[in-house]
Amino acid sequence: MTDIMPPHRSALPLPGEEQRSGVMSPPHPNPFRPGEREPSASEAGEGRPLLDVRHLRIEFPTRRGVLTAVDDVSFAIAPGEVLGVVGESGAGKSLTGAAIIGLLEPPGRIAGGEIVLDGARIDHLPHDQMRRVRGRRIGAIFQDPLASLDPLYSIGRQLIETIRTHLPMSEAAARTRALELLQEVGIPAAARRIDHYPHQFSGGMRQRVVIALALAANPRLIIADEPTTALDVSIQAQIITLLRRLCREYGTAVMLITHDMGVIAETADRVAVMYAGRIVEIGPVADVIRAPKHPYTIGLMGSIPSVTTDRERLVQIEGSMPRLTAIPSGCPFHPRCNRVFDRCLHERPELFEAGTSRAACWLHAPLP
Amino acid sequence: MSTNRVAVALRHSWDSDLAYSFRHSPYAMAAAVVFLLCVGSSTFAPWVAPHNPFDLGQLDLSNSLKPPMWLDGGDAAFPLGTDDQGRDILSTILFGARISLAVGICSVLFSMVLGVGLGLLAGYVGGKTDAFIMRVADVQLSFPAILIALLIDGVARALLPRAHESLAFYVLVLSIGVSGWVQYARTVRGSTLVEKNKEYVQAARLFGIHPLAIMARHVLPNVLGPVLVIGTIHIATAIITEATLSFLGVGVPPTQPSLGTLIRIGNDFLFSGEWWVTLFPGIALVVMVLAINLLGDWLRDALNPRLRT
Amino acid sequence: MTAFIFRRLLQAIVVMLVVAFVAFSLFQYVGDPVQLMLGQFATPQDRIRLTHELGLDQPFYVQFFHFIVNAVHGQFGVSLRIGKPVSVLLAQRIPATLELSISAAILALVVGIPAGVYSGLRPNSWVARTALSLSLLGVSLPTFLIGILLILVFAVKLGLLPAFGRGDVVALGWWTTGLLTPSGLRSLILPTITLGLFQLTLIMRLVRSEMLEVLRTDYIKFARARGLRDRAINFGHALKNTLVPVITITGLQLGSIIAFSIITEQVFQWPGMGLLFIQAVSYVDIPVMAAYLCLIALVFVTINLIVDLLYYVVDPRLRIDRPGSTSH
Repeated sequence: MTDIMPPHRSALPLPGEEQRSGVMSPPHPNPFRPGEREPSASEAGEGRPLLDVRHLRIEFPTRRGVLTAVDDVSFAIAPGEVLGVVGESGAGKSLTGAAIIGLLEPPGRIAGGEIVLDGARIDHLPHDQMRRVRGRRIGAIFQDPLASLDPLYSIGRQLIETIRTHLPMSEAAARTRALELLQEVGIPAAARRIDHYPHQFSGGMRQRVVIALALAANPRLIIADEPTTALDVSIQAQIITLLRRLCREYGTAVMLITHDMGVIAETADRVAVMYAGRIVEIGPVADVIRAPKHPYTIGLMGSIPSVTTDRERLVQIEGSMPRLTAIPSGCPFHPRCNRVFDRCLHERPELFEAGTSRAACWLHAPLP
Repeated sequence: MSTNRVAVALRHSWDSDLAYSFRHSPYAMAAAVVFLLCVGSSTFAPWVAPHNPFDLGQLDLSNSLKPPMWLDGGDAAFPLGTDDQGRDILSTILFGARISLAVGICSVLFSMVLGVGLGLLAGYVGGKTDAFIMRVADVQLSFPAILIALLIDGVARALLPRAHESLAFYVLVLSIGVSGWVQYARTVRGSTLVEKNKEYVQAARLFGIHPLAIMARHVLPNVLGPVLVIGTIHIATAIITEATLSFLGVGVPPTQPSLGTLIRIGNDFLFSGEWWVTLFPGIALVVMVLAINLLGDWLRDALNPRLRT
Repeated sequence: MTAFIFRRLLQAIVVMLVVAFVAFSLFQYVGDPVQLMLGQFATPQDRIRLTHELGLDQPFYVQFFHFIVNAVHGQFGVSLRIGKPVSVLLAQRIPATLELSISAAILALVVGIPAGVYSGLRPNSWVARTALSLSLLGVSLPTFLIGILLILVFAVKLGLLPAFGRGDVVALGWWTTGLLTPSGLRSLILPTITLGLFQLTLIMRLVRSEMLEVLRTDYIKFARARGLRDRAINFGHALKNTLVPVITITGLQLGSIIAFSIITEQVFQWPGMGLLFIQAVSYVDIPVMAAYLCLIALVFVTINLIVDLLYYVVDPRLRIDRPGSTSH
């Protein structure tokens, strides 16, 4: 079965409520980057996407042959937009995020496709140029906040180090900036706690520090890989709210990778559903949740228990996601699909238009 | 039923990852071949060796201090030369390797049994027993093994002055074994603590199954891998320790020389130019230990789940 | 902090007591204490007097107490083999052992740590691979064999360096040093390499594997994700975290150098404590064995204490927090 968690009904927009779009509100004075303001959508060049991933393919050479962990994945993120990426463990979401920020661990490698940031390719940049992209233009947040912080340095030192790596600033100015950052993310008594060590903070506080670190050089895109999974449920909501607020205020786009549909429903503008290394459905959050088009997504949404409706049994999707060594031919979902037909076994479907979303399913193929 | 499970487990693990890793590591294969060669030739030394160096009837002093056969004055009957008593170096090496290996393997087995047993005890019983055992382990760990081995050997030597010669082997095994139990105990204790808190153990307790039986059936298989790695490398260390003790004169008696004793004997001839008496046993020792270390290294990497592709 | 030190001191004292107990048992049950104290040429009257003085007719714990008092004053009796007081013999030999051990320790650290760091950072370079293979060889070579091989090459075949002894020594008060004479320094070279090589390879392998472990952690990954410079990541974060566990193990290793000096001293006939001890074990010279044991225990316990304190200073996680520092 799936380990995707259901969204809370209350988080979904009510019918008639305006869709959140990726367009920015007017520029906000920015403590992260004084003297600059965020370009508006028109300045950014008519909705040119901030991040454009085209036909990305990630391979792992192993002794059993070459495994394709991410197979022909394409999507775009507009400036300031929050794109959720959901899928079961092993679907390829984290690998995609790692590839974008250039931290794919060998022997994994990008075997095909392009990653384009602000019109320039970043997928095979030399080491030093990629280092400058990281932190400054793309930031990342990982799952375990305690493991993400060096235990031997105070958080102030780690913040100052990050700030001074990317922005020309004196030690004192960087320290002031670090204090502002800590206050922004909601650390109480920041002036005192800036010299504390990571183990002196609780889990929620640590993740706030991590967010501050990731935003320190004000990147335009943050890749958040399961940012709330390791936290208590009560803290999760706080962190998500914080992330959402900061990103809206400073115009940072977010690629939110998670298996928690509730987080997606509350935070994301659009959502991409991944399965076996491919995107099977992508579209505005409300549409995908209310009216899923791909049988896999339908199965996921159908497995959510409902307070309002009576049901005899929850819908289950038979079987489990295939291992990388045994991906079925044609549509990878076909062995588990209850609407499979002949074409599904032989040909791999592309993402076809289906209402406001797109789904990789032959059921939605345009009629010839 | 359990033997069936063991057989399946064996087949499952040995037929895939471990055996694959072995087949594709030239070092491991070469090391295994060398090691088997050493074990085989030394175990069957009485039949394999060209001479019997300890049969006084066979020795002829006119053969003494002959150089290896490829040098002037060498004799093909004594391929690696002879020592001052006319003993064939190659044969003494084979017999010596036998003692070295025997002491090494026996002491490691002793160490393993002692360590695994104490580790299980400490982990399962917990409380004061655990604290006591671990305290002793900590104290012992701060002293190097060789010192502990020396001490036990010295004490035994003092306590049993006459019987010492014939008991030397057992004293050595005991002293090296006692000096090395801690590493096993710690690993096993760790695993025991993890398993102890699992629900099936508590359930089995409710059923009245003896807890030690459960620990043996479930903890031991989990711990087998690391214990095997530690044990392999420990054999190398034990052989070196025994060689060192024998070199220092407090190991096996000269009537049953191990490779260390041979090196010590040969050391006296270093300055007069008869280097082969000490060098060849030395090379034999190093080759054997190196092969074991290579195997141990390979085993550790092969069993480490994090390094698997 | 003080509680920590106190606990450690207590532990140290317990260990010393245990070792003293073992040494005491050696005296009591393995030899004749009266004879050991007086030597072989004592008269029966002396024996009776000493027996009474030593309180050998008294209960066990009283005798043990006397033994400890004596030990603290450095009274371990008279060597059976040489006939001089043990404390005098040890004092004569300590400088030789210490000079050798410290030289070997410096060699091991100065070469081992950088080599390990380099191998950890560039594991696939030919330097690292060669170093790793050589280190495997280093671990497989027993110390005494290294010494013999070095003697064979440098003393016998090439005649460059002396094969035994300490060379000329200069007396500085109670201490004798070989560092101030050319022959003393030349004599120091081969034994130092012999003693230090094993430790060197161990330290190198340890530092390398720790470094590789640390480079795989999440905080290094996060540091990379923040775009920190390589130098900051490798030396600021990775190295510092690597050295923390390395300190403990290295400290213990260095303590064991003093024990391994036994072997080196035997090979090179270096007139140190270790050689004395070996001769004592062969001869079953109990007073020397007991004294050496207590002395070595003291050294180890002190080193362990220092290492623990160092660990405490370096790793902030071990320090007790101020109250009220965790909050939501």
